[in-house]
Amino acid sequence: MNAIIFSATWGVLMMFSGIFISKPAVIRNLAITGAALLLLVNVADSGHTHFFHVDVKGMLVFDSFGLLFNSIAFTAVLVYFILGAKDIEEVGVNVGEYFALIFFVLCGVSIASSFNSLLMLFLSIEIISIPLYILTGSDKRNLKGTEASLKYFLMGAFSTGIMLMGIALIYGATGSFSLGNMSVQLEGFAPVMMAGLLLLLIAMSFKVSAAPFHFWTPDVYDGAPTIFTSFMATIVKAAVFIAFVRLFDAAYGSSLVKWRLTIAFIVAATLFVGNITAVFQQSVKRMLAYSSIAQAGFMLFALFGYSSYSKEGIILYAAAYSLATIGIFAILIKMKDYTFDGYNGLGKSQPLLAATNTVFLFSLAGIPLTAGFFAKYYMLVAAINNGAYLWLVIFAVLCAAVSVYYYFRVIQAMYFKAGDGQVKEVSPVFKLVLALVAAIVILLGVYPQLLLVHLYF
Amino acid sequence: MIALLLILIPLVAGLALFIIKGEAAAKSLALMASFAVVVVSILGLTTMNSPHYLQFDASWLPMLFARFHIGLDGMGQTLCLLTAISFSLIFIATWNNSYPQPSRFYALMLLSQAGLMGVFLSMDALLFYFFWELALIPVYFLSSIWGGEKRIAVTFKFFIYTFVGSLLMLVGIIYLYFQAHQSFDIHDWYSMKLAPEQENWLFWLFFIAFAIKMPVWPFHTWQPDAYEQSPTAVTMVLSGIMVKMGVFAVIRWLAPVLPTASYQWGDTVSMLCLIGMIYASLIAIRQDDLKRLIAYSSIAHIGLMCLAIFSTSKSGMQGVMLQMFSHGINIIGMWIVADTIEQKYGTRKISALGGLAQKDPALAILLVIVALANIALPLTNGFVGEFMMFNGIFSSTVTKYALMDTVVAGICIILSAIYTLNMIRKVFYGNTSALITSGNNTSAAVKVSLSIIVALIFIFGVYPKPMLQLTGELVDTILAHMKTTM
Repeated sequence: MNAIIFSATWGVLMMFSGIFISKPAVIRNLAITGAALLLLVNVADSGHTHFFHVDVKGMLVFDSFGLLFNSIAFTAVLVYFILGAKDIEEVGVNVGEYFALIFFVLCGVSIASSFNSLLMLFLSIEIISIPLYILTGSDKRNLKGTEASLKYFLMGAFSTGIMLMGIALIYGATGSFSLGNMSVQLEGFAPVMMAGLLLLLIAMSFKVSAAPFHFWTPDVYDGAPTIFTSFMATIVKAAVFIAFVRLFDAAYGSSLVKWRLTIAFIVAATLFVGNITAVFQQSVKRMLAYSSIAQAGFMLFALFGYSSYSKEGIILYAAAYSLATIGIFAILIKMKDYTFDGYNGLGKSQPLLAATNTVFLFSLAGIPLTAGFFAKYYMLVAAINNGAYLWLVIFAVLCAAVSVYYYFRVIQAMYFKAGDGQVKEVSPVFKLVLALVAAIVILLGVYPQLLLVHLYF
Repeated sequence: MIALLLILIPLVAGLALFIIKGEAAAKSLALMASFAVVVVSILGLTTMNSPHYLQFDASWLPMLFARFHIGLDGMGQTLCLLTAISFSLIFIATWNNSYPQPSRFYALMLLSQAGLMGVFLSMDALLFYFFWELALIPVYFLSSIWGGEKRIAVTFKFFIYTFVGSLLMLVGIIYLYFQAHQSFDIHDWYSMKLAPEQENWLFWLFFIAFAIKMPVWPFHTWQPDAYEQSPTAVTMVLSGIMVKMGVFAVIRWLAPVLPTASYQWGDTVSMLCLIGMIYASLIAIRQDDLKRLIAYSSIAHIGLMCLAIFSTSKSGMQGVMLQMFSHGINIIGMWIVADTIEQKYGTRKISALGGLAQKDPALAILLVIVALANIALPLTNGFVGEFMMFNGIFSSTVTKYALMDTVVAGICIILSAIYTLNMIRKVFYGNTSALITSGNNTSAAVKVSLSIIVALIFIFGVYPKPMLQLTGELVDTILAHMKTTM
């Protein structure tokens, strides 16, 4: 509860800061302070120190799973602000509003990680989506951004409609919005219920850009200002996944066997589309958009092989993927040229940026000794544990091998190709934080339990 | 303690080298670290040869039941000694080579040594997988930064091949983890009982990973290119030690874990090995490039080792363990000679060379000895191992085709004599080519390293007993274990 109320309040505060404070540096520091406090407040919540007591009528449940994810998301936001707050200022003139919108999204994120009622799920998805439509089009002079924003809005509205329809059908079948009641009702096979669940599945797949509902992703990620792409592709995406897992835990769990083939198809299609298309990209930004689809394919394993492994896995995946992708995007923003060739010779001109970027790319590719390895590992364990569908696991690892191809192209450019690797000015703090994040990625790659024990205490 | 030091010394020295600047300092530190590893591994063989020193077991991932469990057994001893000696030899032999960014080069070399040691020492499957991958990453960077003209594409092919293999292995490891009631421990894996159908497909998940590494035909296509394009020091690591990872892994992690499938698929694998041996030998005969010739000869030798493993006989297995050591030493000798010739005369084309023996008799003698050891002449170390392997293949009780296997493998040995002697004839004798007259003298570093190699060749050729004693007990346990499940 702490995080929901605090993030909404701080969002309002940021909104007014734009009116009263003229110096962008002050606004930026205010936002960073806000993110740090938000993290603190959430940690306090995890330690059973509740600042607010609101009777939520069982519509929200604050368990260790959701709270731990909140902490991960807020840590990622903090890192994101420190690395990229200056770039947010450069997007346009309404700096305060951008930060305000991000805090509102975080409010949606904290609801998404703790909902226990379909109504709350719907609210959280909307609170997350609407500010994002605005952020995508925030660079008003950029036609591509405006187009992306409109596209995102139309497609998003459409999928919201599908979701509402699904929720309505489920309400019709069970007479309740509560997740608890759904699993009871699922024992028998009611067509209305199944139709509702299917529509819900499609809407959620759309939000996490799973194939074949992924078509908006590359255009939106490519068109949005890079700094906001970074936010959308990491924290937001992970949050929707957490919501998806929560939904599955309650709603689909008991009838999982019936859904498994559908999900297997979505997983395979997502992995295939994401990985194969990423191979052909020339721009690193667009490659990252497709890579985020490919990574979503792996995260979907959490639904496919639903068990305690997949809960641990999705937490680890959220952390590994968010941190690594934020790092890669932060470096990408500093590049003068967004193509692969723009990275040529970065290893010589900016050794630290290149080294940390390598760690992040290793993590995304799932090389041991990085957090990304254990993230993928848990997903595979979850899938192999239930025995059937071994072909899907083998298909997934082959796709992971394909992903090495495009991630390593960046590494090849940085270290093995000659060039001057031009970058914009980078501050020492930027480098320090990058090194710190890389260290965390490696630490989690050796001792993943540092994070996972918090799930149980 | 010993086991831990074998990993820690190169790891710490390697990380330290990233900070140290200056070529001389980097070289000296790398050499000193590699000597220290040799000393430690010899200590492990002699005075501190008790389980108390050779094992190390610590908690690592309690949630996954994976432990940091490393230990030295007979085969581990052999291969760790090989790794230790090889890196020292490589550093000595390439002492006069200078690389751009020298400290990074030596840092990555030492990190790959740490990874290799880890592979040979791991007693926990997840840890083994970790080191298996970690040994690869430094080599990828080494070859891609300091390699030849086509280095980026070639090394990448190598990387992707190995990565696909290891991911398949990872699927197998996770599957077996559940079958062994959530344990990665090697002893639990050995005592696990699986249904034959399960074993049959699991076998390929592991075998493809190992076959790519060895490499066994038809998974070998990365190898000649990678050997040719890598800087020679890295080629020595690749062919001297890294290919042994595959052979080693079959003996430790495949045959005893999936014994029924190993019997079941033994003939299929043997067939692949034989095809590969003949194929590689025939190509080697037609090669004009010195490096590619050695690369193909290596495929043929590894094929024989793989064949001997699947004969599942004591003599064969012990022969493989001995031969892994001998082949590692010999092939590094071959590479040193090839590199020296290339550095001095600027070409690797066999047809452009000739009459080298008159110009440089010392080098010629050393090469001839190494080359003869490579084709397993009696009195050299290659002979003992190869003889035992042939003995094992011929007397194998698990296959109906023992005689055919022996005959075909024997033909390959003849072919190997043909291309090796042909190479010696063309490079060292015959008409003196114009290029040869222009070269300068062989450096002392090369002579020292080659002399050490020649000494090792004769010592283990005449008196292989200590090596055989090392592995005898282990082979008995593995075979006894495989037989009980039959």
